[in-house]
Amino acid sequence: MINSKKYVVAFAITAVIFGTAIFVSNILSQKKLEDVRAIENRVALDILSSETQFALLEETSCKDIGPGFLSKELGSIGEKLTYAENQTEFNNEDLEYLKRSYFLLEIKDYLLMKRLTEKCGVKPTFILYFYSTKDFCEDCQRTGYVLTALRDKYPDLRVYSFDYHFDLGAINTLVSIYKVKSDLPALIINGLIYYGFHSIEELEETVPALKELAARAKALEATATSTPDRD
Amino acid sequence: MAEIQTLILYGSLFTSLFFEVFLLITYLEVREELNREESYLGRNILKFPTVTIIVPCFNEERTVDNTIRSLLNLDYPKEKLSIIIVDDGSTDGTGRALLRFESHSQVSVLSKENGGKYTALNLALEKVESELVGCLDADSFVNSDALRKIVPFFQDMSIMAVTPSIKVFEPKSVLQYLQKIEYSWGIFLRRMLSSIGALYVTPGPFSIFRVRVFRELGGYAPGHHTEDLEMALRMQKHRYKIVNSQGAHVYTIAPKSLGALYRQRVRWTYGFLNNALDYREMFFNKKYGHIGIFILPIAASSIFSALFVAISSVWHNLSRVIDALVKFQTVGFNWESSLPSFDWFFINTGVLPILALSAVMLTLIILYLSIKMADGQVRLSRGIFFYLTLYIFIVPLWLAKAVFNTIFRRQVNWR
Repeated sequence: MINSKKYVVAFAITAVIFGTAIFVSNILSQKKLEDVRAIENRVALDILSSETQFALLEETSCKDIGPGFLSKELGSIGEKLTYAENQTEFNNEDLEYLKRSYFLLEIKDYLLMKRLTEKCGVKPTFILYFYSTKDFCEDCQRTGYVLTALRDKYPDLRVYSFDYHFDLGAINTLVSIYKVKSDLPALIINGLIYYGFHSIEELEETVPALKELAARAKALEATATSTPDRD
Repeated sequence: MAEIQTLILYGSLFTSLFFEVFLLITYLEVREELNREESYLGRNILKFPTVTIIVPCFNEERTVDNTIRSLLNLDYPKEKLSIIIVDDGSTDGTGRALLRFESHSQVSVLSKENGGKYTALNLALEKVESELVGCLDADSFVNSDALRKIVPFFQDMSIMAVTPSIKVFEPKSVLQYLQKIEYSWGIFLRRMLSSIGALYVTPGPFSIFRVRVFRELGGYAPGHHTEDLEMALRMQKHRYKIVNSQGAHVYTIAPKSLGALYRQRVRWTYGFLNNALDYREMFFNKKYGHIGIFILPIAASSIFSALFVAISSVWHNLSRVIDALVKFQTVGFNWESSLPSFDWFFINTGVLPILALSAVMLTLIILYLSIKMADGQVRLSRGIFFYLTLYIFIVPLWLAKAVFNTIFRRQVNWR
């Protein structure tokens, strides 16, 4: 005679374990998205602060611009959103919203950077990067590795990455301003468009500002190590 | 396609979690009974039934001597225990090794042309005149109290066969240590299956039967080279009760090399699949109780789900390796960026990893109980380490081969 009660109890316990796993996973993924949202809020605030500072600049000089003028956290949002996109546990609508605000923040940061370039004569150290998530794009994956490596090497380099097919008016406007074709990946450096994959070496040749960044980073490092202790 | 894959993964995880929970509930139910068995079983036996142990041998010159000696050392009245050794056409020195036992009053030696283990067993069965009969493979040895811990079960007239707990004899190689832990798991599983009447193997080493089982159901059949599995299924089909005596310990020499282990396990898995096909009417059949409704279906499906999970994880890890190679090719190796990120954001907190973690935790609990049941205490040993790190990588090898052989109707070899 089969004791069906045991099956019912085992089923109920298993269902509870399943339910708990789904619940915990949801809570954790929500927490992760909240983290991204919090960073986005911080970046938005940084940009607002920089814009305000910039507006004030009309009356002061470029010397007042400190090293923390531009937000440092954009890159980490990008990495987190790329990771989240490849996972299944995240709510798609939330993710879309966060991506949308990330792209807008990137564009705002980019505009600020451009104005800084024009006003203070700083040489541009930024790259606009268009990739595709719609079709399989191996070169996009490789370009992503190259840009991450470059950013690790030159922390002052600003890389603005955009999903070419993302339905966002501001991205479409950027695409039409620079006349970016759908032949992805595409990089815009100093107003010029480069299609396809380019290695680190090629990009270092193409963007002289990278070399300057490297020199600046070395000089800073040397100053930091040779500064005498005042205590 | 990805959705189907996810669905199958969820299904497999649900089934394995369900099975583990089921085993743990069963354990809680029989805990008291186990304690009682441990304290009283084998003491104060009033009636010793007559027993015959058959030892089929084929090229076992190195181990047969110890096997027979362990039987002669059994703590059991001599006049009630007889041993029939069958040399199944050995081509090595087994025949010579058996000569020294020929004059022993409890032992009789038979010789025949090689025909397979089941033929050797059947030849001996014809000569058996005792109440109980058992078999001991010639690479196994019994504890001296093993039979005393088995015979009391036969006081219950409904019990037709009793299986022992099988342990690995003096492990030396990595694979033998690993199997020691695996066998502990087997000891736990058999005891739990016993309490729900769902044992589907009466193992070659020292399963003891009432002689009438063979008189009524016939002798051993080829059983796709797993005659012990076929016998148990035949008994279950005829509603003959099989139980396990967890305290009766038998030691077997486990395969030392990967090749030998692989061949043994391909044979076992192939045997299970093909006997399951032969006895498919038992599947999902309420008439056969737990074994029909749950144990046989889950044992069969676990072979396929384990294979599926193995293939999925190979595929998943392969794509990660390819990504890493593409990255290396593109930007070279940068140890800073290759270090794992400690940001919790990048820890996979999806439902599947959490479920897999729950299943692993339950597995560890069962493993703890299994080792405690088999050895009386739990100590962190190299066997546990080998089992946890290597086992999942080697099991899919023989599962795949056995499924392949079953689908393409390829025969497996004994050795």
